[in-house]
Amino acid sequence: MPTFVHTDKCDGCKGGQVAVCMYICPHDLMKLDTARMKAFNQEPDQCWECQCCVKACPQQAIEVRSFQDWVPMGGAVIPLRTDSAIMWTIKFRDGEVKRFKFPNRTTPVDSIDPYGNKPPAGDLDSPYLFTEAGKTLPTI
Amino acid sequence: MSEATFGNPQIVEYKTDILIVGGGMAACGAAFEARRWAGEDVKITLVDKAAMDRSGAVAQGLSAINTYLGENSPDDYVRMVSADLMGITRDDLVYDVGRHVDDTVHLFEEWGLPIWKQKETEGVALKDGGKPVRSGRWQIMINGESYKPIVAEAAKKALGIDNIFERVFIVKLLLDSKEQNRIAGAVGFSVREDKIYVFRANAIIIAGGGAVNVFRPRSTGEGMGRTWYPVWNAGSTYAMAAEVGAELTMMENRFVPTRFKDGYGPVGAWFLLFKSKATNGFGEDYVKKNAHMLAEFAPYDTAAVVPTCLRNHAMLHEMKEGRGPILMDTPSAMKALGANMTPREAKHLEAEAWEDFLDMCIGQAGVWAGMNIRPEETASELMPTEPYLLGSHSGCCGIWVSGPEDLNSPAEWKWGYNRMTTVTGLFTAGDGVGASGHKFSSGSHTEGRIAGKNAVRFVRDHKGFDPALKGDIKAIAEDIYLPVRNYFEHKDKTTAEDVNPHYILPRMLQMRLQKIMDEYVAGTSTYYQTNGKLLQMGLHYLTMLKEDSQKMRAKDLHELLRAWENYHRIVTAEAHLRHILFREETRYPGFFYRSDFPKLDEANWKCFVNSRVDPETKEWTMMKKKHVDLVEKHYGGAKH
Repeated sequence: MPTFVHTDKCDGCKGGQVAVCMYICPHDLMKLDTARMKAFNQEPDQCWECQCCVKACPQQAIEVRSFQDWVPMGGAVIPLRTDSAIMWTIKFRDGEVKRFKFPNRTTPVDSIDPYGNKPPAGDLDSPYLFTEAGKTLPTI
Repeated sequence: MSEATFGNPQIVEYKTDILIVGGGMAACGAAFEARRWAGEDVKITLVDKAAMDRSGAVAQGLSAINTYLGENSPDDYVRMVSADLMGITRDDLVYDVGRHVDDTVHLFEEWGLPIWKQKETEGVALKDGGKPVRSGRWQIMINGESYKPIVAEAAKKALGIDNIFERVFIVKLLLDSKEQNRIAGAVGFSVREDKIYVFRANAIIIAGGGAVNVFRPRSTGEGMGRTWYPVWNAGSTYAMAAEVGAELTMMENRFVPTRFKDGYGPVGAWFLLFKSKATNGFGEDYVKKNAHMLAEFAPYDTAAVVPTCLRNHAMLHEMKEGRGPILMDTPSAMKALGANMTPREAKHLEAEAWEDFLDMCIGQAGVWAGMNIRPEETASELMPTEPYLLGSHSGCCGIWVSGPEDLNSPAEWKWGYNRMTTVTGLFTAGDGVGASGHKFSSGSHTEGRIAGKNAVRFVRDHKGFDPALKGDIKAIAEDIYLPVRNYFEHKDKTTAEDVNPHYILPRMLQMRLQKIMDEYVAGTSTYYQTNGKLLQMGLHYLTMLKEDSQKMRAKDLHELLRAWENYHRIVTAEAHLRHILFREETRYPGFFYRSDFPKLDEANWKCFVNSRVDPETKEWTMMKKKHVDLVEKHYGGAKH
């Protein structure tokens, strides 16, 4: 189920060498055609349909179209992601549309302080992880 | 030096103390834990072939955390894992994950991962007594779309962005030239720039996931990337460790998940949370109906939960007898659940059913939308998939590691540092650690933390070590870029560059590998059956494929990435084949069958199978390793 890019919406992330979709794709599929300043999927039959690029695209220029060697035409699943929630639009082949919204994060993006309010490192030779200070580990 | 160009890469040398290879859950755990224990003088570096925010198996998100013990004891967790994997797991490693994993889940929640709570403790954190919504005894439900970006944020901040290399693909580990069996470094290349990276390190944690697309998938065209486990998991962890002589374990084990047909949508929530039933095409419960078949694999058939492979075994029997399709009866389940619900609650239930896919397998939602399937109206087909090789889910292939020192385990299970392989200084976690499945996302992160801490210990104890790489760096660089050389040397000899007698496209090589594995090594087309003769032929063809891998071409950095991924797949496939050939019994019916040894053989094969490649001669050695239960196991009320 490969991604495709709407020609009229993609702006190539305004002239850099790396578009956002290209940065984020876990399988190195999205590629920027620097002559046209448009992104495309360079290996559609290796697409996992994870929609990471779709969620990240600042222009909402990318969609996934189901793999045509099996799935009938006409359906679509489209995310709209913010820093705290994701909204999904599901279009059925027969035209029905469903919408669902789910939270995806309870803290502000970039707010994690990995070692804030955490115990210091204890005994390196013990079996305890550093956050387990004061706990008793079971053994067999 | 003139500017680097494609085919003329710049060699970048880099020295660090601890090198983490991979960027998924286990690698993020390793980074987070190691940095806290290490002194400021200890350098820690992470290399990921993708971008950490969306790399690894959790890139897409997850709808559940499958390992959270809560009120359960680690002993019971060990029993569950052992039973599901037909009795052969390392209790020490599994117990170790079990006793640490909840601490890790509490961190996830603190960092911002939304975890569902029961109504009476709405808004209360797990660590403060919040009660999770369990879909099963070990699983808790989450809103997990941003699971990976959250976990990656913590790891990136812990390590510092200057210590992270993204889009660099490590393809080989390197041994030390002075000390025998000692890790010293790793090499790889940028998939963005014409650069080869040579890392020297005191300790390395390799955590690059399992292996996907080793077997011919059921999909045919554009769907070939829509695999169950992530398509980018290329067996790199197993292949690179094997090539420096690390002992592998249980590489005969595989996972054949039964999933919603074609989209690979998860079935766990449907079975466990929504209490849905699966039947054959005639409405019969195939596990109950075929209980007598499962009894042939006693005592495991009487485990508290019937092992995954045995459920597959019963299903495959129905399919072979022509009693398909296998159907998940979603309408009855939703009707039963909705019987006493208000319209608002019913709407919420529908949303939960869809979220299960949208959080972790969007493709399945696409299949349903394209086929006008609504779960409250239409039952959905289930299908056992092509085989996958992994060590963190319901599978246990991987690398043989030293376990925790404080448990009552045999001395030969704790020769060194926790999660260190048999190569000095080389650690692994997650899918990399064999004989210990059912870690999932939380357990993999936890295991990464354990490996991370122990790598710091190792570096403290080996402070004076100065890694001296074995082999000539220029020659190694040439080897990495061989597919590029092949391309430039021959591309103009034919009028269409994709058809050329002098080289093979990585894509064609992958298809050949998949065909060999499918037809000779128990893939879907033989209903997962093979025998010694077929395996010997498969090995013959695989050997020629490995020879031909030296003739792969790469017309750009993207294709060079594919070339090396597929080389790793071949090495992983060879390990899998050799292990299946060695284990002369059928231990995992439903995952694969040795039709020349169709029975479970507890007397001779209740043992680990390990293998080792000699890094000098490249010869494989297969060996049995004694299995011991540290936690007493019970089946049907009796001790086993």
